[in-house]
Amino acid sequence: MLGKLTWEAIPFGEPLPIVSGAIVGLTILAVLGIVTVKGWWPYLWREWLTSVDHKRIGVMYVCLGLVMLLRGFSDAIMMRTQQAIAIGPSQGYLPPEHFDQVFSAHGTIMIFFVAMPLVIGLMNFVVPLQLGIRDVAFPVLNSVSLWLTATGALLINMSLVIGNFARTGWWAYPPLSELAFSPDVGVDYYLWSLQISGIGTLLTGINFVTTILKMRAPGMNYFRMPIFCWTALASSLLIVAAFPVLTATFVMLLLDRYLGMHFFTNDAGGSQMMYVNLFWAWGHPEVYILILPAFGIYSEVVATFSGKALFSYRSMVWATLGICVLSFMVWLHHFFTMGAGANVNAFFGIMSSIIAVPTGVKVFNWLFTMFRGRIVFTTPMLFAVGFIVTFVIGGLTGVLLAVPPVDFVLHNSAFLVAHFHNVIIGGVIFGALAGIHYWFPKAFGFTLDERLGHASFWCWLVGFYLAFTPLYVLGLMGMTRRLQHIADPSWRPLLLVAEAGAIVILCGILCQIAQIYVSIRTRERRLDLTGDPWDGRTLEWSTTSPPPAYNFAVLPRVETIDAFWHMKRTRQPAQQRAYKAIEMPRNSPAGFITAFFAVLMGFALIWHIWWMAILGFLAAIAVVLVAGWSVEREQEISAAEIAQMERAR
Amino acid sequence: MNSHEHVFDDRTPGVEEHESTASYLSYTVGLALAIVATAASFIVSQTDLLWPPGIPVGLIVLAFAQIGVHLVFFLHLGSGPDSTNNILALAFGVLIVFLVITGSVWIIANLNTNMTAVPMQ
Repeated sequence: MLGKLTWEAIPFGEPLPIVSGAIVGLTILAVLGIVTVKGWWPYLWREWLTSVDHKRIGVMYVCLGLVMLLRGFSDAIMMRTQQAIAIGPSQGYLPPEHFDQVFSAHGTIMIFFVAMPLVIGLMNFVVPLQLGIRDVAFPVLNSVSLWLTATGALLINMSLVIGNFARTGWWAYPPLSELAFSPDVGVDYYLWSLQISGIGTLLTGINFVTTILKMRAPGMNYFRMPIFCWTALASSLLIVAAFPVLTATFVMLLLDRYLGMHFFTNDAGGSQMMYVNLFWAWGHPEVYILILPAFGIYSEVVATFSGKALFSYRSMVWATLGICVLSFMVWLHHFFTMGAGANVNAFFGIMSSIIAVPTGVKVFNWLFTMFRGRIVFTTPMLFAVGFIVTFVIGGLTGVLLAVPPVDFVLHNSAFLVAHFHNVIIGGVIFGALAGIHYWFPKAFGFTLDERLGHASFWCWLVGFYLAFTPLYVLGLMGMTRRLQHIADPSWRPLLLVAEAGAIVILCGILCQIAQIYVSIRTRERRLDLTGDPWDGRTLEWSTTSPPPAYNFAVLPRVETIDAFWHMKRTRQPAQQRAYKAIEMPRNSPAGFITAFFAVLMGFALIWHIWWMAILGFLAAIAVVLVAGWSVEREQEISAAEIAQMERAR
Repeated sequence: MNSHEHVFDDRTPGVEEHESTASYLSYTVGLALAIVATAASFIVSQTDLLWPPGIPVGLIVLAFAQIGVHLVFFLHLGSGPDSTNNILALAFGVLIVFLVITGSVWIIANLNTNMTAVPMQ
């Protein structure tokens, strides 16, 4: 009846997961309790959970990413603490069994449920506003994407208390991830949560490619699109091209695990190296799926706060598209040491160095944009400048690792760990934080507290260098990654510095929480009544903060790049306009209900509860079909209503 | 198909204003061609109509014909100005598939030749 699920799945005997699980559970119960007592359910259901408004969906994605950042960060600080303690005779507080789960969960969560939701959330919020349109191409599909991503996040968190998580690292390489060596549910949690959220991501990619190619404000041709839209387009194209590879690879591993097939086993003609190859054929484009929108955010932020147009817009576009294609030609650099010959390694090594060229173009563009600009050091601008410095260091160590002989020395070492945290924290996370600070007033109608924002930035920057510079040194000294126990006591000082760095980053996160709290408390004093708090350049600043559901009462006519900047310089104050009725998509519970059944299905598949899996699958499909064939999907906002709302601004 | 026209006059490029009138004919022709290509594949593989070593080549040719039929008749990929996006998207897709497949074949073949041969017992 319940497959493999018994009471033994819940680790009552182990204090760590039970206590942390209990804390998480109590927090969730408390939140649900408050919502119930205050009677907020109808509001939440109507305005958020069933919303198909791209702005609301974007905000929910970002919230998901920030909550999961707390989870991923607590994994990180647990590992740092373990490595700072477990030196020489001491074994620390995390047994290998747990440590392995912690680093696997940390990587999986940070990539799929922190970086991806933050980036996709900002794309959701910003792209339609920048394009001057009213929503994405497929609004209900967008909601389905969000909730499928949330499903994956929920499943991965369930593994904390019910059963366990993978002990394979975040790539789950076979043969370790095969049934013979990982017979418990850990790898299944990994696979199903990523399969389900991966479908959501793929649908997002399709949605955004369609939106950007097909729905732009009148007059906005390709070379008038803001850079962030270009990077979102490139990133979405990469999603559409790369995520099916990951899905297919995981399907093969699932067939191995569930039906005894031999795609990646060593016997019966399988090839475990094929998994590694296919995983990184997705994995390397994934890096650029994350970093390209971050590049777009920096471009917007740097141009706005330098008071200048972006230097060499066209080279920025071509660099973005160049990276988009090149990102599919470098994946072998993740496994130089697997045994390919010199020809293959040399080719991919050279390609990996070449992809640094368009990235370098971008760095110079940002520098020249700032050159002789009137720079305003707001929090997003600080993150952008911090990014340029940090990312150049991370990029250079990347070029170093792209040289195969160097990689043979440094692969699997702490040097590599330092490198990719350098580009992911210094690139993607700084970018997401810059974007959140930059667009927060647009989303909520008031600015964030600058003092705490600055404090948070400096904590992140200093904390980052303290935490990861020692790892570069330790890597060169021979420390491999994922060590549960450190045998060499001479590494202790550097590990303690790294631990201190993690604590400083924690201070940065606490500053951000305080910042959001303080800003909400003092929002009356920091209202953004103009809709344009930063003297912005692109169309999202031309509407109110927060924008009305339909974004623009009259679609803007675009004549140049930096359309809003141009309008502010040339146009007379807006005269009375003739409004027309606007057709907007209705809210739909399809996404939320689909996700509910997807959770059932995923959980059932993980625990081999077949009847429930079939039920969940059929129900989820049925919900999507019903939503797809419903006719009453749009509602009309009449011209009178719009006029009334616009007068109220 | 045209019921929403009055609402979308403020809309952007890309909202299809009218469905092609020739679509029934085009779908029928497409279906017929697809069936022919499918049937031919079975015939080629099950009989010795073709010179036996040439059968894989024949099947590959038929597979590409099948892809072409689908693209033209079902996905309406034409040479008109409005299908530039679609052509570019297809080109990007073909390029990526090419890169991933040839890359994988090259890498795995290289790995295989570098592997120490272990005698099967």
